[in-house]
Amino acid sequence: MGMTVVQKILARASGKKAVQVGEVVEPAVDLAMSHENAALVINQFQEIYKGTGLEPRVWDASKIAIIFDHRVPAESAKTATNQKKVREFIEQQGIQKFHDIRGTSGGICHQILPENGYVRPGMVVLGTDSHTTSHGALGAFAFGVGATEMASVWSLGMALNIEVPATIRVEALGKFPDYVSPKDFILHLIGQISAEGANFKVLEFHGEAIKKMNTSGRLVLCNMAVEAGATSGIVPGDSETVRYLQKEAKVGEEIPLTIPDRDAAYEKTITIDVSLLEPQIACPHTVDHVKPVNDTEGLKIDQIVIGSCTNGRLDDIAVAAKILKGQDIAKGVRMLVFPASWKIYRESLERGYLTDLIDAGAVVMNPGCGCCLGVHQGALADGEVALSTTNRNFPGRMGNPHSEVYLCSPAVAAASAITGVITDPRKGAN
Amino acid sequence: MTNTPASCVGKVVLKLGDDISTDVIYPGRFMATVLPAETPQYAFCDLVEFNTRLKKKEIPPRSILVAGKNFGCGSSREQAASALKGHELLIIAKGFARIFLQNAINLGLRIVVCPDLEASEGDEVEISGQRVINRTSLKTFPMVPLPLTRQAIIDAGGLIPYTRKRLLEKHA
Ligand code: SF4
Repeated sequence: MGMTVVQKILARASGKKAVQVGEVVEPAVDLAMSHENAALVINQFQEIYKGTGLEPRVWDASKIAIIFDHRVPAESAKTATNQKKVREFIEQQGIQKFHDIRGTSGGICHQILPENGYVRPGMVVLGTDSHTTSHGALGAFAFGVGATEMASVWSLGMALNIEVPATIRVEALGKFPDYVSPKDFILHLIGQISAEGANFKVLEFHGEAIKKMNTSGRLVLCNMAVEAGATSGIVPGDSETVRYLQKEAKVGEEIPLTIPDRDAAYEKTITIDVSLLEPQIACPHTVDHVKPVNDTEGLKIDQIVIGSCTNGRLDDIAVAAKILKGQDIAKGVRMLVFPASWKIYRESLERGYLTDLIDAGAVVMNPGCGCCLGVHQGALADGEVALSTTNRNFPGRMGNPHSEVYLCSPAVAAASAITGVITDPRKGAN
Repeated sequence: MTNTPASCVGKVVLKLGDDISTDVIYPGRFMATVLPAETPQYAFCDLVEFNTRLKKKEIPPRSILVAGKNFGCGSSREQAASALKGHELLIIAKGFARIFLQNAINLGLRIVVCPDLEASEGDEVEISGQRVINRTSLKTFPMVPLPLTRQAIIDAGGLIPYTRKRLLEKHA
């Protein structure tokens, strides 16, 4: 019996010829990512060394990435103090992949890792963030862990007690219609299989629509795989992966690819014809509460958000700018734009997208997680409704348990900004 | 220590539905608070009444929280597990999301997977072997044992002592 791509990756990383689903392995970790929550990882890391007589030293300072993004610039003295503590630790341990709050190199962790070529096909990537699944877009086995588990990785260099997950194969056929995007595809899939439909499993994406999809779109799919409960999402590396890494991330070396065997065993296969898809909306208060846009059309919106590790990339901002160029955002609607990195911010600026958005009335914020997790920048009032290109709509997600969040693609968000109500971008914004 | 206690009795103090996310258990706006000693004050803080009872210590340790499917979905924030652990709650759910389940095991938060459980707030519930007994309704429900592979971490008393042990073996 052949192996899925994740089985192959885990076999390689565990020094085995083959691994079976359900088998327990201890794979070597190729990349260990944290953000501000490195403050807690450091605390747990130091706990591990207590009473051992050993000096706390990370296993490999070149394989640890730390990116400040969740609350940048610091929203409180407490965060600023955490960030300071993390900087000191990074300095002391010689951690190399550090992205501080800087216009030259900052951004959201799930954008910074691909953008800098840190993730390669076949890697085992762990992150103290549930959306670490994103990096499956580059053909890596990438998943989220808690801070204590990361502390354990920092000291041992491997992940303990990983059960080889079963894989669900997703076949995406056909061609996306205009104004229907990877976001609509993944929302539709989550709506179909539910928020726990892939719990403890991997979603492996295949098919014509994936082959033609750029890495930016693949990042959307893998990013939201966790919203179906998946351990990880993965697009096996292909020519697009190589193109992205060499052309966009400026990786010089050769890029070996890991692909699944032809006779790999999948738990099941889900086939979706993307040419039949409509723009989708995830309604409050779960990500699997998904409806076609027409079912929610006309609902009044108070705040539109474009950004996040899901949809804050250049093509997302380009779509929004195209729809909003020369238009006026509806009265009473606030629109916030958070590019996913400073590189994207700069390119959007150079291409005139930001000017188009600002002229329409949008507020362009600094790259980072912004209001996605309800910490700072763009809180909602009681009873208000947000329409957002982010990935979660749980109660209180944007900071106020008495507000509602609807999730959508950048095209739906931009079209709705003009009307002030949920609008199908295919119908023209007026 | 075991995460799924072999036997104990407690009262159901809160009953929740499916898909309770870590945003509800421990809202993102308190994520700058990281230390396990400080997180319990924010447990379920948007469920104001329950949070107040927790903070006033009106809820005795080992009380039971009952939930539906996919408890702990969403963010990987470990504060969600450490905050509940701080109040020594026992969580019985129809199912847990992967990262939360692992965090609970790593930190020693007591959890039980019981897909068919029927229980209401105020019921007295007993854990006995592989069964959950609702002493109020006198019904019995089977539990799903935790993955055996996690046993080494549970036996060691959590992931910190387990890693410490592995580290010392490596340097021996
Ligand atoms: S943008 Fe939102 S979902 Fe993405 S890493 Fe930041 S907080 Fe998490």
